[in-house]
Amino acid sequence: MATIALPRVKKRVRVEMQASRRLPLGRQLLLQSICLFISFTVLFPILWVVSISLSPLSTSRPKDFIPAHPTLEAYGKILDHPTSNPVTFWELVFNSLKLAGGTAFFSVLVGVSAAYAFSRFKFRGRAGLMLAVLAVLMLPSVATLAPLFTFMNQVKVGEFNLRNSLWGVGLAITSGALPFAIWNLKGYLDTIPKDLEEAAAIDGASRNQIFMRVVLPLSTPALAVTALFGFIGGWTEFNFSWQFLTNPSDFTLAMALSSMSGQYARTTPWAQFSAFAILVAVPVAIVYLALQKYIVAGLTAGGVKS
Amino acid sequence: MATQNKMERLGGSTVASTRPSWWRRSQDSRTAYAYLLPAGIVMTIITLFPLLFQVWMSFTDYGLKNLRADSAPANFVGLQNYSDILTGNSIRANVPNFDFFRILFFNLWWAFSNVIFHVVLGVLIAVLLNVEGLWGKRFYRAVFILPVVIPPLIVGTVWKNIFDTDAGPINGLLRGIFGLFGVPGATFNIPWLENSAPDLGPLPLAYFALLTANIWLGWPLNSVVATGALQSIPKDLYEAATVDGATGSQQFFNITVPMLRTAMVPFAVFGFITTFNLFHLSYFMSQGGPFGKTELLVTQVFKIVNNGNPNYSIYGVAAAFSIYIFFILLILSLITNRIAKATAEAN
Repeated sequence: MATIALPRVKKRVRVEMQASRRLPLGRQLLLQSICLFISFTVLFPILWVVSISLSPLSTSRPKDFIPAHPTLEAYGKILDHPTSNPVTFWELVFNSLKLAGGTAFFSVLVGVSAAYAFSRFKFRGRAGLMLAVLAVLMLPSVATLAPLFTFMNQVKVGEFNLRNSLWGVGLAITSGALPFAIWNLKGYLDTIPKDLEEAAAIDGASRNQIFMRVVLPLSTPALAVTALFGFIGGWTEFNFSWQFLTNPSDFTLAMALSSMSGQYARTTPWAQFSAFAILVAVPVAIVYLALQKYIVAGLTAGGVKS
Repeated sequence: MATQNKMERLGGSTVASTRPSWWRRSQDSRTAYAYLLPAGIVMTIITLFPLLFQVWMSFTDYGLKNLRADSAPANFVGLQNYSDILTGNSIRANVPNFDFFRILFFNLWWAFSNVIFHVVLGVLIAVLLNVEGLWGKRFYRAVFILPVVIPPLIVGTVWKNIFDTDAGPINGLLRGIFGLFGVPGATFNIPWLENSAPDLGPLPLAYFALLTANIWLGWPLNSVVATGALQSIPKDLYEAATVDGATGSQQFFNITVPMLRTAMVPFAVFGFITTFNLFHLSYFMSQGGPFGKTELLVTQVFKIVNNGNPNYSIYGVAAAFSIYIFFILLILSLITNRIAKATAEAN
């Protein structure tokens, strides 16, 4: 979690010019070759991973860019039994889903009312509290790892240890996701004109009704984007999960993936690792691409500092 | 929910046309606190309390030995952890290659060098894609966004393999290109991430590998922001400049760059802090190596917490280290905010 300070970018509806200006052919070719070169550098790692994921598991370190005998063997292996731990792919997915979905939903749910208070009310201690939220937002999650670990480790009920559970990891992630949600949503709420709320107030709506019936519906895109950011963060969260969890049944996708890539991973075939990486990345990439417009708009709105 | 019923009763509004009475104003305050309550409770428990606990822990020898419920409480050691981190004395025995100032300076340089590349490439490519009449803009925009949508964890782990000595495609590519000129393939068994022998200056090869991966990761988002800013520059400015006889490069430096500065400087500041705390590349690609030379503050503190030595006060030291990180980031944000503000005022 880091301070978001994106500028407000005024979007202009681009009118498609009917080829009003033609680029000279020589220039066009020069620029095209530059663009193609950049495309090559961008696509190279991605195409490489895809091609490696299609090579047979019998070759531990495939060197050929295009595998001679492409096969889906690696994907089958991952979906069947990804790591040496007794945990299935779908259990890993489910654990990651629980973490990502839970933290995203909870941080937005709790964050939006605080964001509303910061955006619309003047009250004693407002500046101080906002500064506190910003200060926490500035801290990288690793810098709160030690106290959250030792603190949650003390919460034990019978066999249940908060630290060694998805609940504990979820709370730890929320401690970073919540300040982000508050800050991002406040930025968005600041951009909603007050006229509608004033009109509702004149019609006799209470503060609470205004919040529930006017402000919340208007901020649905921002709520979705903020939740999405929380979700993406939780989906690949590594630090807390790796440090907190010891039962294989709680393990997440990110943990399994990193154990395939770390220093003890000399035995994992690259095909298997690549297939796994693709399976983890693809859902995030699809959601991101589908909602790209809203994400950029949501981020730029949220980043405006008051 | 109970709080909601309460708020219903308190419900007032800030939109009174004349100056609101004291009662009205304090009522507003109470409503505000009610709205803040849920987040306040949650943050007190999972953020404020752990952070205070961290401050206390940083003055103790809290370690694995204190984790069990029935174990003895940690001993108070005063500023021992803080001074150990600066001198590295007793830490080096437990954390190999520990050197606080080396890590700090490398970390600053890492963030700085990356952001320069990100911003310059981001702006140039945005300008390139903004050229009128360029074919395939849609296609290029769609391709160039791809690095942004891939989780950093995947980027780090995949790029580690890309820079592999024997089978990595970077060395493979070099072998292929230079093979055309008759250079033997064995020349390019470059151990990018492991070996520190062929250092370029004070920086290990691993730094350049990390830099490459992070440039790939970082410029596209800068390009998105720059594109948005470019499209908000009024076209008349360029037309007027053309009428006055300004050349393309004159227009770029006298119109485009100043107009982009307002948008790009705050984003560069954001990028600097993000890159400063970028955990995944250093941790997964080079594992901080060789000999800790590409370690960042955030990866180092993670390794201290992960240290398995039962007789070492890993949590106490990590807590003190985290508090150093907090103050370093505080100073950095104050400086960068000042830069961002000055830019905003200059325009």
